[in-house]
Amino acid sequence: MEDNQKKIRVSVWRGGEDGTFESFQVPYVEDQTILDLLTHVQRTVDNSLSYRFACRVGMCGSCAMQVNGKPRWTCRTLVRSVIQDGELKLEPLSNLPVVKDLVVDMKPFFDKWQEAKGRFEPSDSPVTEFVPIKPDDKQRQKADEAIECINCGCCYAACDVVELNPNYLGPAALNRAWSLINDAKDFANPERLKAVSGDGGCQNCHTNSQCVARCPLQLNPTRSIAGLKKAVSLATLKGEI
Amino acid sequence: MNKRIEFKLWLAHRLSAMALGLFVVVHLAGMIIAIQGGLSSAEILQRTSGNYAMGLFYSLFTIAAATHSTIGLRTVAREVLGWGGMSANFVLIAFFLFLCAMGISAVGGLVL
Repeated sequence: MEDNQKKIRVSVWRGGEDGTFESFQVPYVEDQTILDLLTHVQRTVDNSLSYRFACRVGMCGSCAMQVNGKPRWTCRTLVRSVIQDGELKLEPLSNLPVVKDLVVDMKPFFDKWQEAKGRFEPSDSPVTEFVPIKPDDKQRQKADEAIECINCGCCYAACDVVELNPNYLGPAALNRAWSLINDAKDFANPERLKAVSGDGGCQNCHTNSQCVARCPLQLNPTRSIAGLKKAVSLATLKGEI
Repeated sequence: MNKRIEFKLWLAHRLSAMALGLFVVVHLAGMIIAIQGGLSSAEILQRTSGNYAMGLFYSLFTIAAATHSTIGLRTVAREVLGWGGMSANFVLIAFFLFLCAMGISAVGGLVL
């Protein structure tokens, strides 16, 4: 229910890379999300405000942005859980080029998925016998842990190694590669192991675990990257790659 | 340049760290055992002189320490100072050789 007596101040990034913050006074509504608040601003205050969303229920991964300095899904973040001293600061996701306002260009993020061979690659030869995938198989369980990622980019925006080294593939792409390395039906190795150990590869991770702290799905890309480091190290020492 | 040289340097950094872990434990244990009851510098030199196994151990220790510190500093130079490329590599190779020369000459002073 809207409480007209109580207002909150929202600073929203406007413009491109060289933009600035614009402040809005918006009514505080119990249980509103950041996305509800942005929709209010766009519909009633300034319809030129740009932001991205699709599903509104935490499935599509398109609405992530910096909320008070931390990457979050706006659709699943309640204003009351993140507001500080009656104020909110909304910025586009870090470590990605700004298109306009709160919209970033995700191309570098997805280019790195391709660079890390984050695409399933079946066998070149016709399948004569399907590989049985048992739920309790250890390798499958490793893939299961990593496979739930919905590409929202929160981990990429939170990663200080990406910030320091723009060539670094980042937690999401490496986590994806790890899920495929553990997929018994995928046949991209050892090329994928080479792909994740180039100049921007898994060895750049400092294990700061910012990606783990900021993943809205509580996934653990740091553990996936540690698995990649071990797999690539063993393959290198054995002379396989 | 080999595209995977960065990974191989990282691996050398980790393997040298593992070796250093062992070397440091052996070094500390040796120190503690050796000074029980007190030892003068002359007595230490008397015992280390001609001990080639100890010379080999500390030479490997020196190389592991030089490898580990040089690769670590290379990463710090690149990520914190933004200094990379051939100029940084040349300076760090010189630093690695300097550490090896200083360390091994010190080992030579004890053993030879």
